[in-house]
Amino acid sequence: MGSKTYKVTSPVMGTFYRASAPGEKPLVEVGQKVNAAEVVCMIESMKIFTELRADQPGTVKKILVENEEPVMKNQELIEIEIA
Amino acid sequence: MTESKFNKILIANRGEIAVRIIRACKEMGIKTVAVFSDADADALQVKYADEAVNIGPALSRKSYLNMDNIIQAATGTKVDAVHPGYGFLSENADFAKACVDNNLVFIGPSAECIAASGNKSAARKTLMALGISIIPGSDDIISSPEEAFEVAMDVGYPVILKASGGGGGRGMRIANDQNELADALAVASGEARAAFGNPDLYLEKYIEKPRHIEIQIIGDHFGNYIHLGERECSIQMRYQKLIEESPSPFVDEALRNKLGETAIQVARLIGYTNAGTMEFLVDKNKNFYFMEVNARIQVEHPVTELVTGLDIVQQQILLAQGEKLPLRQDEIRLNGWSLECRINAADPADNFMPSPGEIQKLILPNGPGVRVDTHIYNHYVISPFYDSLIGKLVVWAKDRDMAIKRMQRALSEFQIEGIKSTIPFHQRVFQDEDFIRGDIDTHFLEKFADLR
Repeated sequence: MGSKTYKVTSPVMGTFYRASAPGEKPLVEVGQKVNAAEVVCMIESMKIFTELRADQPGTVKKILVENEEPVMKNQELIEIEIA
Repeated sequence: MTESKFNKILIANRGEIAVRIIRACKEMGIKTVAVFSDADADALQVKYADEAVNIGPALSRKSYLNMDNIIQAATGTKVDAVHPGYGFLSENADFAKACVDNNLVFIGPSAECIAASGNKSAARKTLMALGISIIPGSDDIISSPEEAFEVAMDVGYPVILKASGGGGGRGMRIANDQNELADALAVASGEARAAFGNPDLYLEKYIEKPRHIEIQIIGDHFGNYIHLGERECSIQMRYQKLIEESPSPFVDEALRNKLGETAIQVARLIGYTNAGTMEFLVDKNKNFYFMEVNARIQVEHPVTELVTGLDIVQQQILLAQGEKLPLRQDEIRLNGWSLECRINAADPADNFMPSPGEIQKLILPNGPGVRVDTHIYNHYVISPFYDSLIGKLVVWAKDRDMAIKRMQRALSEFQIEGIKSTIPFHQRVFQDEDFIRGDIDTHFLEKFADLR
């Protein structure tokens, strides 16, 4: 309790990817520190890939969606605890 | 090749092109088998085809790119032939070969020919040896930054880097000097690896203010070829075509003949059969450079159909059956003018962000000279798994001015609610004075980038 968190959300209906390409390592893991504007996941919609970035520096607290799962617009994807 | 009529064809695709191919088959009395993913159970190709086979989950690589499942669907439904459409497996030599290995006719060029068309650095070497005009650049893939700098000095800046493994704008970078080229090499190579699994790049002189003009060819199995004139495809956004027309306002009879002859020369060289497209860049002085072969039916084929009166998809089927070309070159006449707008589920006010979702209201344009090729209908849900193309609005009129007025009228009738589409964007382009005059090049849309 007490620590502030924020969530990275999807700008569009699509598919959630944890890595930047198939076979690559996930961009982030739970417990990992991230910088502001660091790419934390990808959304593919209609063959267009969009990189989603951390708003503020912090620590990845929870990954809310499984890799390659469909997501809705504005769905919460990754929870980040603010540093 | 012995002639044998097809009784049943499997369409290894989805969306508007699957519907287009089913229509061609129906008119020829050929039965059809559609394939569909879990996301496409309600798709029009499923409703229109005589049979439909589920080929897997929504993700393309598990369904529409899954060769084993598609071949199994084809053999299981006892079809004679497979039409690949465009995209997906249409230019995959392994798929063409898998069809043949399973006694299925692949409606398109041979596997060997697809492989030859797809390898851009090999194609460049062969063409240069034969004196076909191509854009000056590296003979082969770039092996080091030093080599890139040397070739760039040779052909002169600006230069463009292109991925050997594919197109669509990924792996492409323009450089105006050596410093920019050094940076561009790293970025383009990474993009090419991510997009095509192949980091190889080649380097070309960058042609400023070029037009993208392509020639539709068809060839039979007896070495006969004809071309069906040109398509002007200069209106592009990030290397994706948005508006096409035939003929081109820039191409006169002499240039058309030269482009057509060169296209057929390339086709003959690689033993091309069936329908194909040869892409050229044409500079402002009407110098033209061969770019690449598109070894498939293309999205924009309807504009050629409307000015030639030929059904290109039906021609593909007849040629794949082993029939001879029905016409000689001197029997091909381009009659009138045709324009096509690609309607995408994308928001022009938000940097063309994809806009999947349910269509809540749909009114399609119609009336004289209007053709709409689409797979959408009222309450259809456009899924986020596939391309954003949801339809093509095509018009024909007796000249370009009348065709433009007809397109303006048709766009004003076209209503889609529930998702964003490129219709408002097309309405703006069709009011633009340069566009109306036919003064266009591949950078035309850059001036629209700031106007939201």
